[in-house]
Amino acid sequence: MNTKMGLLAKKLGMTEYFLEDGTRIPVTVLAAKGNVVTAHRTEERDGYLALQIGFDEQKASRKNKPELGHLKKSEVTPKRVIRELRVEAAELEAHPIGSEIPMSIFEAGTKIDVTGTSKGKGFQGVMKRHNFRGEKASHGQHEVYRHGGSIGCRLTPGRVLPGKKMAGQMGNERVTVQNLEIARVMDEQGVLLVRGPVPGAKNGYVVIRHAIKPPRAKKN
Amino acid sequence: MSYSSPTIGSIEQELARKDIPHFRAGDRVKVHALISEGGKERVQIFEGVCIHRSNRGARGSFTVRKVSDGIGVERVWPLQSPRVTKVELVSRGRVRRAKLYYLRERSGNSARIREKIGAYKQEG
Repeated sequence: MNTKMGLLAKKLGMTEYFLEDGTRIPVTVLAAKGNVVTAHRTEERDGYLALQIGFDEQKASRKNKPELGHLKKSEVTPKRVIRELRVEAAELEAHPIGSEIPMSIFEAGTKIDVTGTSKGKGFQGVMKRHNFRGEKASHGQHEVYRHGGSIGCRLTPGRVLPGKKMAGQMGNERVTVQNLEIARVMDEQGVLLVRGPVPGAKNGYVVIRHAIKPPRAKKN
Repeated sequence: MSYSSPTIGSIEQELARKDIPHFRAGDRVKVHALISEGGKERVQIFEGVCIHRSNRGARGSFTVRKVSDGIGVERVWPLQSPRVTKVELVSRGRVRRAKLYYLRERSGNSARIREKIGAYKQEG
């Protein structure tokens, strides 16, 4: 379980810039300013440790009364998204209720994991969803070009094996990309530039956390 | 220009280089580009007609075409690339297209572009 510190962020889109030697750096722009701690989850009361974080301002009229009442307790303005992050006990002390989590918990070069909801692709066939090859186009083939072929054996085992790849819903699921790199922290604009793409559509919300499996430093 | 998000617009403007002169398709330009040769880098000047320029903030690019010994040569650079040390505007051209890909099928007199007199208006 990832108990590393993290932030909520909003994906704004992608752009790119160049290094001095001409290398192009493709980056995703994530707005990550304004993460506020809205509640603590403690071992004694809840049985686990977590920080509850709110992100992105929202009109109070768009929130229901239970939500407003919950935020009133911690004296935080209404937020669009509220998530819990399981963290170590030290982080709970470092971030009291109502305090803002600064973007400076990340710096350029930090390895991060980004979790988001991938773009929905709808109900897709096996060729798009699982990269099957389909069937051949000629030699008497008829109307089966994009089929997956046989899905099993005969009397033994007499059933389709669990986990058989078939057509179905593709995308719109929780996806985590590990070991992305922070390219730049732009505090003034309140954005993080992350090298490479992150899951989800523009204006989607993602969770950024310190990488759970950062690559080992190379030995020379 | 319009951006997908105003924040991205301001970031791109901040990261963008400001020393690229105003030029467009049809103009004759001299591009001072870094090339690596035998482990060393030097600047090569590529002079030709700009046949395409896309203005996409930090992602724009341009193509310069010249005819060298009867062989058409085109090079594409990103506008922001640090490997382009300098772009000089030689002369303006009078053209009626934004992309001059039709020049590839032309040669000799029909590939000529009439010159347009006068400099670009200063921006701002």
